[in-house]
Amino acid sequence: MKLAARTYILAVLVFLYLPIGVLIAMGFNESPLYQLPFQFSSHWYVELMSNRKLISASWNSVLIAAITAVIATVLGTLAAVALSRRQFFGKEALRLLLLPPIAIPWLITGTAMLVFFYWTGIGRGFHAILIGHVALAIPYVVLVVGTGLTTIRADLEEAAMSLGAPPVKAFFQVTLPLLAPSIFGAALFAFAVSLDQFVVSYFLATPGSSTLPVEIYSAIRKGFTPEINAVCTILLAGSVSIFLLFTLFAKPGASRDRS
Amino acid sequence: MPADAASRTPPTPDRALGAVPSAGLRLPSWLVTLTMLLPTYAWLTLAILLPLGAMLSFSFMTATPLGKKEVAFTFKHYRAFIDQPYLIGVAWTSLLIGLWTTFLCAVVGFFTALALARATAGRLRETLLILVILPFWTNGLVRVFSWTMVIREGGFLDLLARSVWPDAPSLGFLYSLPAIILGLVHGYLPYMVLTCYIALVTIDDSILEAAESLGARKWTVLWRIIVPMAAPGLISGSVLIFVPVIGAFMEPRILGGPRGVTLGTVIEEQFTQAFNWPLGAALSFTILALVLGIFATFSGVLRRSSSL
Repeated sequence: MKLAARTYILAVLVFLYLPIGVLIAMGFNESPLYQLPFQFSSHWYVELMSNRKLISASWNSVLIAAITAVIATVLGTLAAVALSRRQFFGKEALRLLLLPPIAIPWLITGTAMLVFFYWTGIGRGFHAILIGHVALAIPYVVLVVGTGLTTIRADLEEAAMSLGAPPVKAFFQVTLPLLAPSIFGAALFAFAVSLDQFVVSYFLATPGSSTLPVEIYSAIRKGFTPEINAVCTILLAGSVSIFLLFTLFAKPGASRDRS
Repeated sequence: MPADAASRTPPTPDRALGAVPSAGLRLPSWLVTLTMLLPTYAWLTLAILLPLGAMLSFSFMTATPLGKKEVAFTFKHYRAFIDQPYLIGVAWTSLLIGLWTTFLCAVVGFFTALALARATAGRLRETLLILVILPFWTNGLVRVFSWTMVIREGGFLDLLARSVWPDAPSLGFLYSLPAIILGLVHGYLPYMVLTCYIALVTIDDSILEAAESLGARKWTVLWRIIVPMAAPGLISGSVLIFVPVIGAFMEPRILGGPRGVTLGTVIEEQFTQAFNWPLGAALSFTILALVLGIFATFSGVLRRSSSL
């Protein structure tokens, strides 16, 4: 029974990873038409170096993701601290307001942003994508930091204050260092949300400001080439390394043990 | 916890970040709270709430209000399903895709979670869970594209088949409904594994042992005990999958080709090609109403399983 169960898990993992493996392998295959037998070649990666469109789109993607991570983490952390440590009226309603960016299909959020930004003159482009990505990332930051806050006892900060520390100092010297792993984890999460975002960017991008997923999509629509495989592989490597960093820093279970 | 903490120290309402005691300046507590919350909610208002409001008002307009066109109030776009009968077929396709994807994810994901919870432990379980979640962090577009490598004519699937039987006919089924469903199941399966796993690890071994010692067969235990106890996980997983799938447009485009016409692709076309924004907005809000209905129906279950 145990053996059957484990075999089943293995089969599911094969299902999850097989196509990705094929995608990576085909990026290293010489044939432009994905023909076999397999012949190793780094040709498509070399080709990528001279693809100005993809390089500038990659640069846009990383830049937008980095700025999104910084803004969303600062705003989201402030909100998370207020939501979990301060008393005020309407808290439940404010928590509910964090749901739309997560729960509404991106197609609807993205087209709504397109309509509104166009109408108000905000327009499309780099700044519009940034506004959208930050909004999509904030709820995740509040969630990750909020979870981190539940593992830190509020009375530690109060103890510091009753010993004479000013409130600002108590927060920055007691709570913030304890919270730092969660905040860093939240920033990585925000970075990943932005880096992987396609739908919203697709509606807000202009030719000069498109991000990597948007460029990949338009390349796929034109026809499949191993160059797409190569750039997808690089994007995969980026996402996976962020994930590994995230598991190092924001382990909700582990931080609970520590306190 | 924070509530009684606050009541224990009433004489220091200013004990908050933002107050600057060294300067002797004391900001009122409500102002500090407001300053902490305002940036986030102002941003969400600008980027999410106002756009949704704008789109709602667009959906009642006769034409896209750009340029000098006369614009009047109308309900006609919400009658689109009656006026343009082909949309009923499109909606039916979307619904089929949504239901099949959710159903397949539920079956495959439930048993994966069950196997993880009952047949693995410790480090092995941790590693397997991480391996199941990992694809989540990778780009959905990349994962969808990766399936074209497998199921296209002469792709990896054909390669496998022909290594067994050299003259095998092509098994490729790219550009079909099953291709779209396959790609979506691949994309959303981790949700179901996670929600079911969270529900299943809480089941106490002694309950299952009690059932078995009283003579219940394996199937009886599964259907009468395990499945009902995993129901919250199955329901919240299904909601989390059905909602984004019903608005999917990239997966049908890439894996469905010309056959991949869904509500998602029709809406996308209204905004990028047809420039019939009011119709696109009305269709979006029809889907949004459906989504809100689903969330309202299952809000109790969702709240309970998310608090775990």
